[in-house]
Amino acid sequence: MVAIEQDRKVTQLKTAAMTETTDTPTEHHVDLAVPGYHGQEVELGRETVGNVRCDNAFMVAENVNVYYGDNHAIRDVTLEIGKKQVVALIGPSGCGKSTFLRCLNRMNDTIETARVTGNILLDGTDIYSKQQDPVALRARVGIVFQKPNPFPKSIYDNVAYGPRIHGLAGDRSELDGIVHSSLERAGLLKEVKDRLEEPGTSLSGGQQQRLCIARTIAVNPEVILMDEPCSALDPIATARIEDLMDELCEDYAIVIVTHSMQQAARVSRRVAYFHLGYLVEVDDTDKVFTNPQHKLTEDYITGRIG
Amino acid sequence: MQSTTLILLLGFFSIGAFYLGRGHSLSLVGGPGKGMALHSLPGYYGYFVAIWVVLPALTLLLGWVLIEPKIVTALVVSGLPDSYQSLSAGELNLLVNNIRNLASGDVVSIAIDENLRGAADSFNDYLAKSRQLLAVLVIGLAALGGAFAWRKIHPDLRARNKVEGVVRWALIGASSIAVFTTIGIVLSVLFEALMFFQKVPATEFLFGTTWSPQTAIRADQVGSSGSFGAVPLFAGTMLITGIAMFVSVPVGLMTAIYLAEYSTSRIRGIAKPLLEILAGIPTVVYGFFAALTVAPWVRKAGESAGFEVASESALAAGLVMGIMIIPLVSSLTDDAINAVPASMRDGALGLGSTRSETMTKVIIPAALPGIVGGILLAVSRAIGETMIVVMAAGLAANLTANPFEAVTTVTVQIVTLLVGDQEFDSAKTLAAFALGLMLFVVTLILNVIGLHVVRKYREQYE
Repeated sequence: MVAIEQDRKVTQLKTAAMTETTDTPTEHHVDLAVPGYHGQEVELGRETVGNVRCDNAFMVAENVNVYYGDNHAIRDVTLEIGKKQVVALIGPSGCGKSTFLRCLNRMNDTIETARVTGNILLDGTDIYSKQQDPVALRARVGIVFQKPNPFPKSIYDNVAYGPRIHGLAGDRSELDGIVHSSLERAGLLKEVKDRLEEPGTSLSGGQQQRLCIARTIAVNPEVILMDEPCSALDPIATARIEDLMDELCEDYAIVIVTHSMQQAARVSRRVAYFHLGYLVEVDDTDKVFTNPQHKLTEDYITGRIG
Repeated sequence: MQSTTLILLLGFFSIGAFYLGRGHSLSLVGGPGKGMALHSLPGYYGYFVAIWVVLPALTLLLGWVLIEPKIVTALVVSGLPDSYQSLSAGELNLLVNNIRNLASGDVVSIAIDENLRGAADSFNDYLAKSRQLLAVLVIGLAALGGAFAWRKIHPDLRARNKVEGVVRWALIGASSIAVFTTIGIVLSVLFEALMFFQKVPATEFLFGTTWSPQTAIRADQVGSSGSFGAVPLFAGTMLITGIAMFVSVPVGLMTAIYLAEYSTSRIRGIAKPLLEILAGIPTVVYGFFAALTVAPWVRKAGESAGFEVASESALAAGLVMGIMIIPLVSSLTDDAINAVPASMRDGALGLGSTRSETMTKVIIPAALPGIVGGILLAVSRAIGETMIVVMAAGLAANLTANPFEAVTTVTVQIVTLLVGDQEFDSAKTLAAFALGLMLFVVTLILNVIGLHVVRKYREQYE
């Protein structure tokens, strides 16, 4: 009980710091209410508002908690991600959306102090079970990062990297086929087909990000995670990536973290709003953006915080 | 007054000048609260005055101390009786030295007569006068400089720019010390080496296969004519360097990979300082470790395997040198691996690579230029290493590729050529400089390649 109270205290203090409210709560002020924005008190419930379930769930996170050392970064999050569906994770900086995303393919394993509790099921099997090899998991759940990170290799080798390490191609012509179709699907083939041997780093930022997407889909994953994939790109490159997501979601489940509400509205079927490690609200995108159920969500999407 | 006293005095003056100048600048604009009216922060006016107090006076002091002995000596010599004036330069020099020694109360090599005593007295006299004059001039110049700067202080004076100009020159001066020292070393080695090549043809030195530098130092000595073929030395150097690299590169690389990618931060925290201790052991200590522990062990091991092993072998020296270089290789490799952006690692892991695939297929290729640069630096360290070879590999200049035999290296030969009584125009002594020049050129080329590769690597990701 004491621990929970302390947690909430921390929560309140953080909220106060993040929103620069003037009415800083006293140390003994312990209840479910969070000092809200512009002086309002807002309930930050333990229960997620809206609908965390969906019809054709492919990835299911149940009561997930993440700790970085003593820092409780994700608190009891339950969320389902459906097949052929784009789910957008939104929320202010530091709310845990990237952390949650990185749980879904166990990228948090690379951080020494990170600890994950709860269950995450991929197509019915627990990805945190002892039998699960994180390496095999990451081949099924690909990830695209915020900053384009092509390897300092040729464009061809960048895309061929995954198929090579997983032995997806029997011979060179098969590998050529995978590389070409991946670049094609990432909408990059036309621009680079005559210079596949040039280094991937020689491309523009938007092209590099599409190369990273091509590299990810070359492994033929089932889920693609995208961690603010457009935040380093200009609007034209962003539009291309968004179009690409529309096409890709016909085959893959996509989870995207974004800071842009417009982007979330454009590309996603469902939206999940995170706040200070809690999953506050999840619902269909049009519902959340037209009629948010939770005060915090409303404040965030109307631009009063964030 | 002693010049150290003067310097100390100038130090005190400068502190005073700083506060006076600062206070003056503030008082010009009407007190500490009005500093905004000044062009620069008040402290810069203080520094400005302090620089004007110290810099001219210090320049005068240093110049004076440099030329003082010459002037005083000339004055003393001109005061000597005519019989001394006609002495040859060498004898006169000896005489002046004796006068100086007598003046300072040291031992004198000739009989002391009236003239000598008189000269010594006048020497002391001139010196004392010179010092008095110097003290007056230095303090006067400091006051003058201070007064000049004081008058120049004005709210519009760009004191910061002027002070920064002086600082800039001080920085340029400091950095040029290293440059000029390098040039000086190169020139001194170069000229001696050229003298050597006048005695021994460069072709014999570069391509001769026999190294036996024993020559008669004096004309009446008995000795062989000597032969100066440097090939065995460079072959020995390369053999030992090769063995050292054979040990240090794989071990250092694997150490770095383990520390950078696999170890927990706790193990890293323990292992890294331990490696740095290894790097901090003096090479002499490595040397006797090689000679007393490793060399006998190598010999025993070799003999039990049926090889004939010299008690001082290239293998022993090379092994220990390799161990010595491990920290260098591992820390440079560690830097190169850590310089690879974390996003590369994440990208590879995110595609489902194992740790070792990430390492061998992404990180190492990306860090390779940095690693190669580090290895080249390690090679030049190995080439320049002396003590271990002296103690463990012997002095015999054998031209051999057999690591069980005794060999010698360039640096070791330089040491042995220059130890003891030498005549600096014999080929034997001068050979050391020719070797030094060769060594300098080789390590320079390696360093240039290494630094070039490292620099190129830095531009890789952006």
